[in-house]
Amino acid sequence: MNIEAFRKIEGQAFYALAGLLGLVVLIGFGAAHYMETHGHVVTGMTNQIVWGLPHVFAVFMIVAASGVLNVASIGSVFGKPVYKARAPLSGLLAIALLAGGLTVLMLDLGRPDRLIVAMTHFNFKSIFALNVILYTGFFAIVAVYIWTMMERKMHAYSKYAGFSAFIWRLALTTATGSIFGFLVARQAYSSAILAPMFIIMSFSYGLAVFILVQSFMYLWNGLELDPAILRRMKNLLATFAGAVLYFTIVYHLTNLYFAKQAAFEQFILVDGGIFTTLFWVGQIFIGTLIPIALLLHPTLGANCKTVIWSALLIVVGGFAQLYVIIIGGQAFPLELFPGMQESSTFFDGAIHYYHPSLPELLLGIGGIGMALLITTIAVRVLRFIPQDDFHHVSKEALTD
Amino acid sequence: MSNSMDKTPENNSPDKKRRQFIGYSAAMAGLAIAPGVTLFDLAHGRAPEEAASSKVRWGMLIDSGKCASGCNDCVSACGTENGFSGSRETDSQWIRKVEIKDLRIGQSHSLPMMCQHCEHPPCVDVCPTGASFKRADGIVLVDRHICIGCRYCMMACPYKARSFVHEELHDQNPDVPRGKGCVESCTLCVHRIDRGGQPACADACTAAGHNAILFGDLNDPNSEISKRVATLATTQVRADLGLNVGVRYQGI
Repeated sequence: MNIEAFRKIEGQAFYALAGLLGLVVLIGFGAAHYMETHGHVVTGMTNQIVWGLPHVFAVFMIVAASGVLNVASIGSVFGKPVYKARAPLSGLLAIALLAGGLTVLMLDLGRPDRLIVAMTHFNFKSIFALNVILYTGFFAIVAVYIWTMMERKMHAYSKYAGFSAFIWRLALTTATGSIFGFLVARQAYSSAILAPMFIIMSFSYGLAVFILVQSFMYLWNGLELDPAILRRMKNLLATFAGAVLYFTIVYHLTNLYFAKQAAFEQFILVDGGIFTTLFWVGQIFIGTLIPIALLLHPTLGANCKTVIWSALLIVVGGFAQLYVIIIGGQAFPLELFPGMQESSTFFDGAIHYYHPSLPELLLGIGGIGMALLITTIAVRVLRFIPQDDFHHVSKEALTD
Repeated sequence: MSNSMDKTPENNSPDKKRRQFIGYSAAMAGLAIAPGVTLFDLAHGRAPEEAASSKVRWGMLIDSGKCASGCNDCVSACGTENGFSGSRETDSQWIRKVEIKDLRIGQSHSLPMMCQHCEHPPCVDVCPTGASFKRADGIVLVDRHICIGCRYCMMACPYKARSFVHEELHDQNPDVPRGKGCVESCTLCVHRIDRGGQPACADACTAAGHNAILFGDLNDPNSEISKRVATLATTQVRADLGLNVGVRYQGI
């Protein structure tokens, strides 16, 4: 095929993809509008499960947004050329995922029309308010970082911008984990370990998302990714997935050690129904053990497809993990009178049930669509596709 | 002689008569408003332009020994006063009756649970916009104008005291503005307190002769509630959190 024909087909395919993603975004907006006009009564959320599926999607994207920037940080801050070539794409994905996540979070508000209130009234004791500042700052810092990488005259400042972005993203994920960690009332939360656990979760989800997007881009453009690059990345991904498992074990062991938390642990780990299934099958088996085994397998691990499938499984496991943390944490009843059996018309002492509704799911998927649409358009307009210096790649492959 | 003295020009002057008239009028006016002023003072009411004062801390003492299982008078009164009903999972419940049973000794208690009006309210700490706030007199409220409906306060409240308005509301009480998409909770019937009254739940409990809910000023050492809190064994629910709640329980 000549280059002109390829460009024509590629151009048509771009508009088809952008149109499809635009439709997903529109459906998401439609779902949000339906929720706003009818009220949250049309969702599965109640006065017992106050945060639902939109929050699982939003938190996943926000956590992955900071994690995906890790690729750039390894390049700029730690000076690894293979990652440096991927830094602009990493920055772009960070902005796109954060935009998608925040859109979902904002559209799920009871009063999304009061966004301006959220931007003008700050209670600085609230970690939520602090997050508004951290998220806004993240957009600005990463945008500057991308500029320093893509504008030749600004290259000298790239390392400083990268370092600032690295520090900022650590603060941002600490604050995201602390949204839950600072909730003293609930047994599932109220723990300092949630902040570092969210950071390591971001490393894992972020890298998995990066590998998936990068693979799709190479496939789209008919390029083949150097196996040496993917090998470096898959080892890192396995390490991050293992680290998430470590933090998960420590989190549950800590809870099990405190007698007052034992009933909650029994619920999540043994008899919590969907939450127990999602924990063991979703997070641990599908999202952790299988991908680690695949990635570290001497022959299978070297295959590009295995790495892509492993990344996909880690993303699935991430959703399961956040579902258990966010919704499972609310499903277990608050203990007002320790040692007593409680009951009331407001469902005290009872396990709370949550049945996610279609509008919630569509809103969440709409957020992902938005992140992908931003990425698709930006990649088309600017030079975000990794530009590898193959001399460095093969040299690193030898020393890996 | 006396007559002649009474008829002296000084005694009959128009100035003197006017002074007497003003004096009598002032005395009559004083007599007319005195009971009102006294009652106003007794009830701790305050003028509309006067701000709430931290000299007062409103609270309640609930005697679970007098609170009968199955009695719902306080809950019904709250619904009527504040304009809500229903017990679906999406319905607001500012106050609910909780039945608790100690499984070791088999002892049961029944008690109303509502916003505990903490001195250090977690809902106020976490609210991003400052919509959740504590008034100077200790009442924890939601400013409906700046609540964005994020529900973080509901995640933070240890007492599950807050409700989110899940759908459009009709036939509201003008004293108690509520709205779809905002979070709400027990206001301690702040509109009644500001007029010198007490919460509807406490009134209903007293009217029915149960006397299980005592409302008053925890800062006034001479108030009935302060005297009872000082002399009886009272409990703060989730005292381990150190929130210093305004609603205390007796008999649990």
